[in-house]
Amino acid sequence: MFAAAMLAVIAALVLVVVRVIKGPTVFDRVLAGNSVGTLAIILVAVLGFLNGRPEFLDVALTYGVLNLIGTLAILKFFRHGDLAYDEQEDEA
Amino acid sequence: MIFLDVASWVLILVGSGFIIAGAVGVLRLPDVYTRMHAASVIETVGAGALFAGLMLQAGLTQVTLKLLFILLLFFFTGPVITHALAQAALHAGVKPELEDDRRDRLSASKTDGNAGSDEGRLP
Repeated sequence: MFAAAMLAVIAALVLVVVRVIKGPTVFDRVLAGNSVGTLAIILVAVLGFLNGRPEFLDVALTYGVLNLIGTLAILKFFRHGDLAYDEQEDEA
Repeated sequence: MIFLDVASWVLILVGSGFIIAGAVGVLRLPDVYTRMHAASVIETVGAGALFAGLMLQAGLTQVTLKLLFILLLFFFTGPVITHALAQAALHAGVKPELEDDRRDRLSASKTDGNAGSDEGRLP
């Protein structure tokens, strides 16, 4: 049963990676990249259960936090062209 | 115990189905804003049902707590990322595809005038 879930997650990963490659705008790519991160978390969790070692969940949790920070950083860069964007500096 | 096993299998299969449905939506839908909707299916219903199934397999242990924390992380980060993405896309001038655009696109691709049959269907 875990193997079936893993097959489903891998199939979903393939579909989403196709969107990363095709995606006309950069936002399509960021969205699909974020989905790749989410699917990787699910994959790691299911893999831990498949091997009978659910300790892999710590890795999944860490990956989730990194995924959030990375996606927000990429979005901020493409919105302001700068990671150290300061609103006050912009108005002055 | 057989009841718990069957329940967890059903939840895992339902979650897998929703994950595939969300991925197909990310691939097939017409623009960024609709794809966002499909991507959120993966991390709400898909991951939710699948992790609920895993929790039933794990029983009342530390593993269940960790799965709960991952779900909590999805619960809070999903809306944050979707909102930031929509705002960045709007700010960059990406226009949502409206029904009129869709009708133009369909009638441009199919010249047999079949676009009228899709009337009233949202993209």
